[in-house]
Amino acid sequence: MPAIDLSKAPQPAATNPEQIRNFCIIAHIDHGKSTLADRMLGITGVVEARNMRAQYLDRMDIERERGITIKSQAVRLPWRSGLDGKEYILNMIDTPGHVDFTYEVSRSLAACEGAILLVDCAQGIEAQTLANLYLAMENNLTVIPVLNKIDLPSAQPDKFAIELSKLVGCKPEDCLRVSGKSGIGVEELLDQIIAQIPAPKGNPQGPARALIFDSVYDTYRGVVTYVRVFDGHLSPREQIQMFSTGVKHELLDIGVISPEPVSSKGLGVGEVGYLITGVKDVRQSRVGDTVTTFHKPALEALSGYKDPKPMVFSGLFPIDGDQYPLLRDALDKLQLNDAALVYEPENSAALGFGFRCGFLGLLHMEIVRERLEREFDLTLISTAPNVVYTVTTESGQELIVTNPSEYPNGKVAQVREPIVKATILSPTDYIGTIMELCQQRRGALNGMDYLSEDRVEIRYTLPLAEIVFDFFDQLKSRTKGYASLDYEPIGEAEGDLVKVDILLQGETVDAFSSIVHREKAYTYGVMMTSKLRELIPRQQFEVPIQAAIGAKIIARETIRAIRKDVLAKCYGGDISRKRKLLEKQKEGKKRMKMVGRVEVPQEAFIAALSTNADEESGKVKK
Amino acid sequence: MSQRLSFYIHIPYCAKRCGYCDFNTYTPSELKSGDLDSLSSSYIDSALKEIEMAAQVAGPAIVPTIFFGGGTPSLLPAAQLARIIDAIKSRFTLDKNIEVTLEVNPDSVTQEFLDEIRSAGATRISMGMQSAVGSVLKVLDRTHNPENIERAVSMARAAGFEHVSVDLIYGSPGESMDDWRRSVEYALALDIDHISAYALIVEKGTKLAAQINRGELTMPPDDQSADKYLLADQLFEAAGFNWYELSNWSKPGGQCRHNIAYWDGSFWWGVGAGAHSYLNGKRWWNVKHPSSYQEKISQGQSPELSHEILTPENLSDEFIMLQIRRREGILRDHLNSTQIAKAEEFLNSGFLDSASWQDMRLVLSRDGRLIADKIVRELVL
Repeated sequence: MPAIDLSKAPQPAATNPEQIRNFCIIAHIDHGKSTLADRMLGITGVVEARNMRAQYLDRMDIERERGITIKSQAVRLPWRSGLDGKEYILNMIDTPGHVDFTYEVSRSLAACEGAILLVDCAQGIEAQTLANLYLAMENNLTVIPVLNKIDLPSAQPDKFAIELSKLVGCKPEDCLRVSGKSGIGVEELLDQIIAQIPAPKGNPQGPARALIFDSVYDTYRGVVTYVRVFDGHLSPREQIQMFSTGVKHELLDIGVISPEPVSSKGLGVGEVGYLITGVKDVRQSRVGDTVTTFHKPALEALSGYKDPKPMVFSGLFPIDGDQYPLLRDALDKLQLNDAALVYEPENSAALGFGFRCGFLGLLHMEIVRERLEREFDLTLISTAPNVVYTVTTESGQELIVTNPSEYPNGKVAQVREPIVKATILSPTDYIGTIMELCQQRRGALNGMDYLSEDRVEIRYTLPLAEIVFDFFDQLKSRTKGYASLDYEPIGEAEGDLVKVDILLQGETVDAFSSIVHREKAYTYGVMMTSKLRELIPRQQFEVPIQAAIGAKIIARETIRAIRKDVLAKCYGGDISRKRKLLEKQKEGKKRMKMVGRVEVPQEAFIAALSTNADEESGKVKK
Repeated sequence: MSQRLSFYIHIPYCAKRCGYCDFNTYTPSELKSGDLDSLSSSYIDSALKEIEMAAQVAGPAIVPTIFFGGGTPSLLPAAQLARIIDAIKSRFTLDKNIEVTLEVNPDSVTQEFLDEIRSAGATRISMGMQSAVGSVLKVLDRTHNPENIERAVSMARAAGFEHVSVDLIYGSPGESMDDWRRSVEYALALDIDHISAYALIVEKGTKLAAQINRGELTMPPDDQSADKYLLADQLFEAAGFNWYELSNWSKPGGQCRHNIAYWDGSFWWGVGAGAHSYLNGKRWWNVKHPSSYQEKISQGQSPELSHEILTPENLSDEFIMLQIRRREGILRDHLNSTQIAKAEEFLNSGFLDSASWQDMRLVLSRDGRLIADKIVRELVL
């Protein structure tokens, strides 16, 4: 049994780099990464069987429910190699598995010397996995291709071994075959990690340099920062310094995760662990930043640090206006743990007080919203997401527009929008429908490669705005769920874009204004006006609903005036019942929003804002 | 001067239940008793005891109106109903001009019954006519033949009733505009002085609701019902029937004073199963089933099921909700400045009668009556 008695395993701060292997697992959402990680925790003995729970490392409810990892972690696993019989320390660095967190993934990869490319051999590789694989190869990581779920009846390990070997540049028989669920092949995998992945190298005598690859806010301990030490040594009670800000902190605690936090005498070259300084805000401990010591600072930071940049914006409003202060507090708290989340107060005539929030991408947005609702018990409406536009007016003034309401009313000389490089992997059967979708979304085909006989990689340049709306849902529904998508921003391009306003009785409803491509303005206008006609109850006067570009009306619907709203009978026995109904309606009226003279139930706003994607994609699950 | 107290007497029996009706009424087969005579006699015994309770609770009062509703009061022997009138007479003071209304079924009513009840003190007859069109009556699950109405009205007149009213229902599934016009014209040809016209309400749990849910019947659009209301109002007014409440029209002097009592905040005592009462700021209602009602009474208990004490806000909401339904409308003095501003919006859109507004009263116009509930919602906030 190659597990090592934990008390006798090499101790942190006293482990020779030669005995260390740092690796991560690159995998798609449901390809079994967490199950494999669970299995490794069990086999190496760091978690006893009776304490085991599924997806041990995924802490947030949302992670466990959605089966995805949002924040990464690092676990120290002692292991005696079955090949050479020596003791080793394996640091498994868990990576976030979604397109929005590419930067965080890149920092996790930068903390490792090797990566396990884990692919479900019933499904084959997915687009994001491929993107992360390329990222790992760019970082010169040693990649070990591993086929998972080999015990599934639908497994096709031979087929996907060929696919993987082509991508990684190895022989099909070099792909390891495991089952995280049953444990088949996992011990051999641990041995291969030791055999194939190089030991970390660094200067133990030099000034300390450690890479922050994650930082997490903890209610009791403040910010917990996860680092990989490249050079030198970090010790308890030492003054440390953040390279990007120059701010210094005292190291209150330092240690490793195994898989619960254990304080140590420090961290040396190649080691991975956590730091606690008592700061309360993850923005003071940014992913990608370099930690050094105050008394002997490094001259040069580790490369690759970037400020997180929000790509997608949306307004979040409490349905009950009284919850506005609660929403503000909740966002403040979430930001402690999410350096990428930005927000500022926004006042919408239609939706009241709320916040304009910036996110890394769609999933990030959904996660934030879900956490706000779940952890803080808020009920929210969000406006349709939009990207960041650079608008140049005819007077030559340049504006950054993150909200359609900021779009200038006067003449616009040029609008630039973010564009992305998108990679789609799909069975070849769906090439036609995918190309059709991308064409509709203003995509330009960059190329196509066959991964195997029946799987293809399609590359497009697309405006980000076309992706943030419902592209992913559309892609999934058109390909029966088989296609996968990855994208990365590559800059800006000029677009023929206009702002479409929706007017109720001549009053603009700010929440429905949208910046769209000129060719799609009409479709958007018709869709919104007809939807609102269904959703807004008849008033005692006629209500025109118009869609307009500037002063030009492009679509119109009319809500006819209500003719009859009266209960015919009101005698002795009816009075109490009727008055109680009236009281209920009085309550309901508080949740009505006035747009000019038009009374709009909040439900109408919610329905108009939330059903867009579902309707077009035939009620596909988000 | 002692206070005024009207009486409503609920007779919870029908020969058959109509498909649209959700009133508190029972057929002999539902009650598992074929003998309505003995059933009614014991029910009336209980009602008399409740009248005694009313005398103790309310104290001396003048009774301006009595209304026998149901159910089908005319199913009971006239002598049983007479006992009620006698009991009220013996415990209270009847107003010199007392109005005593009785709802009757035009199919089963006899000249004999009408003569008897007239001499017992009834002054007004109200008949459920609903429609003059056979196919509409069938949808409503009514048994009568339209011709029975004419016969029953003549009998009521022969018995000496000065006031005779018919009820109409519009907006039934399948009813055309012409069908409705026929019903209105038929009613206007009768020798009557009062008409109530109600839009059909589909009540939960009725046979009609089930037929609509199953898709066997379809309710006409609200806009059509609005047109039917406007047509009826026009024809009624042209024939000398003036509206005095949203759903009620009468010739001069033919208004139902009992119903007006509900709308103007007067007090009334509802006697019988499920009946509602209103006295001194308290509304209460009796247990619904006739047998539980009788059981409570026989044990010497109040038959009250539940009650509510009206708060000042309740009272002011009710005042607007009820008063706006009447031709008298609401004195402008009763409205605050916000309400006046809102009312003026409705005035400008043609929903209030402008002459009355000049005259310091808020009175609904014809179009305004059709959206009375909407206007109430705006005003009570």
